[in-house]
Amino acid sequence: MQKKDIRTVLKETLLAAKDAVLVPLLAVFTAIILGGVIIAAVGGNPFAAYSGLFEGAFGSVKALSETAVWASPYIFAGLAVSLAFKGGLFNIGAEGQLALGAVSSAWIGYALPGMLGFDLPIYIHLPLTVFAGLLFGLIWGAIPGALKAYTGAHEVINTIMMNYIALNMVSFLLNGPMKDKDPNNVIARTPQIAMSARIPVIFEGLRVHWGFILALVVAFMVWWLLWKTTLGFEIRTVGLNPEAAKYAGINVKRIMTLTMALSGMLAGLAGTIEVTALNYRHELGFSSGYGFDAIAIALLGKTHPFGVVIAAILFAAMRNGATRMQFLTQIPVDIISVIQALILLFVAADAIVRYIYRIRQSGDKVVLTRGWRG
Amino acid sequence: MDWRRFGFIALIIALLFGAVVLVGMSSESPILIIGSMMATTIAVATPLTLGALSGVFCERSGVVNIGIEGMMLAAAFFGWLGSIYMNTVFGFSMWPSLIVGVLSAILAGGMFALLHAVLSITYKVDQIIGGTVINILAVGVTGFLNRQLFFDKSSIFGGQVPHAPGVLPIIHLPIKEALEGLCGMFGNSPSCIITADAVGKIFDQKPIAIAAIVLVAVSHYVLFNTRWGLRTRAVGEHPKAADTVGINVVWMRYANVVIGGMLAGLGGAYFTLESVPQFQPLMTNGRGFISLAAMIFGNWTPVGAWAASLVFGASQALQINLQFFRTSIPPEWAFFQNSYAVGQIPYILTMIILTGIIGKTSAPAADGTAYDK
Repeated sequence: MQKKDIRTVLKETLLAAKDAVLVPLLAVFTAIILGGVIIAAVGGNPFAAYSGLFEGAFGSVKALSETAVWASPYIFAGLAVSLAFKGGLFNIGAEGQLALGAVSSAWIGYALPGMLGFDLPIYIHLPLTVFAGLLFGLIWGAIPGALKAYTGAHEVINTIMMNYIALNMVSFLLNGPMKDKDPNNVIARTPQIAMSARIPVIFEGLRVHWGFILALVVAFMVWWLLWKTTLGFEIRTVGLNPEAAKYAGINVKRIMTLTMALSGMLAGLAGTIEVTALNYRHELGFSSGYGFDAIAIALLGKTHPFGVVIAAILFAAMRNGATRMQFLTQIPVDIISVIQALILLFVAADAIVRYIYRIRQSGDKVVLTRGWRG
Repeated sequence: MDWRRFGFIALIIALLFGAVVLVGMSSESPILIIGSMMATTIAVATPLTLGALSGVFCERSGVVNIGIEGMMLAAAFFGWLGSIYMNTVFGFSMWPSLIVGVLSAILAGGMFALLHAVLSITYKVDQIIGGTVINILAVGVTGFLNRQLFFDKSSIFGGQVPHAPGVLPIIHLPIKEALEGLCGMFGNSPSCIITADAVGKIFDQKPIAIAAIVLVAVSHYVLFNTRWGLRTRAVGEHPKAADTVGINVVWMRYANVVIGGMLAGLGGAYFTLESVPQFQPLMTNGRGFISLAAMIFGNWTPVGAWAASLVFGASQALQINLQFFRTSIPPEWAFFQNSYAVGQIPYILTMIILTGIIGKTSAPAADGTAYDK
């Protein structure tokens, strides 16, 4: 093989980086401009709104801490959707997996000491609590994965159906068997989890917790899994071309099931972190919208684990800053959903962004999903 | 549609009806129970039927439409907005307001579908991602406008949800009266009167529900007996061949996706203009996705999709009708009293159907792929 000139290598790397970063960046930029137009159209001042948003997201140590708090579940859920995409599967079920992970963590968190009759030390109770969330997320992901692999039932509809089944189950549990028995409580929520099941905060007085650090570590682990292990290679091969993977001797059905199981596990972890590190209980409805946000984050991050971290922090900043924005300018926080949908629109339809800014397509088009027959 | 699938549909519907009859038999005549179950089934299947028809048109022309849920939600909102705008701002009475509402819903569905068409046909975006964009956009736009219009004091409605002009009323056909007259000829036996009453109930439907059934027949005719239908199916099966014989693939796909969106829009109108006179965020509650499953189970045919929609309608009707017999449910049937458990039936049914154990289906060959000349 001919040795490449260092300048050529550098140029290629830069071009690849440009392609990976430029289009998402311009998509965000375009969506923010359009969002500004909408704000102006309903009689608001877009500059005041956006400066309020920025101040609320990054303006102080507390704001930064809150952005990290918001980002933690987003990173896990975004990784979940990305991992499935890498395996050629579309997981719209992060929401259900997350809710189920949260409720099972909450259950082990508050009920286990009572069932055993004695208090557990944190180094046993906390891992068990986290494990419960992982396990139920994993099961909830594995079912549609296996159905896809062995019967061909499309994962898109099945994960959505399992969202509704999970949310139905969770509202049954939170209104019935697991409801907080406190006589003052009227909300559908679990009791608080034991002190020994809680993930501690990093700095006293701020809400940012070790779950955020864990999210970064897990992002690195997902990257490692995908590009440095045989399993990761198999997942990516099945994702690119299941037929070729089959001829290469990869057990495609097993890999599909496993990919969805791992994806569900990551989504379950998102729910677990919210319970063990932030809310210390599960409450009905807190997780609504996470599933769709996770899809947007995964696509904005180009389904790359590190891209997901950046996209998740951006989304977290918008959600966190929106409250301040609403307080300062009376623009409803719901505008953020519109801006995020527009971001997703421009990321998905990168041809539009390329057309507006005259950027040429470089590199291969990535296959994200397949039709009904897989 | 093969006999196995129709058999399965009949079996499930019979089981669901049977459960309600068993529970309610002690306090109500079984014939009347079946009559009211059928009436509810047809009514609540309306958005599913229209959603499934929407899917049939899109996918027969080769465009996967997972955005039906979003199109319905947007249509439900804009239909509602159109009707109360006419009613409170312009002071129109109920009927004109509701008709404008239905038209705005159809228009909103069509506009969101047009966006889907632009994304998937012109820009060749992955169609499932494109549909997901539609869904997320619809949630965002309806949530934002709902808050902005009805909860902000400076808005045209003064920060409160205005009084709705009502919902589309039942169109009463004199079926019951005619049958009762017939009973009179046979000596007015009580069972005959009850049957007349039960059958009359089935035909007491609201306008969108009736339109949905008419549209099933129309869609079937259009798809399988007209030149338009032949062309639609051709671009969905083999766009290259269709192009070669001079069919405009892009135009056919655009037209069918927009028609599909308008059908989904009419389905969305059901929620706020026919079912309840109010809008709630996320109120479509997965109906768009269930209708996709109905479309698949109906093997991409209008009649099959309608039959499958009725199964889901029946499982919802079970939930609604059991409410009436709450007090008479014996303890061993307590399961049916738990709305959380009964509410799972449509979702679990969808998953069972998708496994293909009740007969394999086949999608149009070019479904989901963009056409490159």
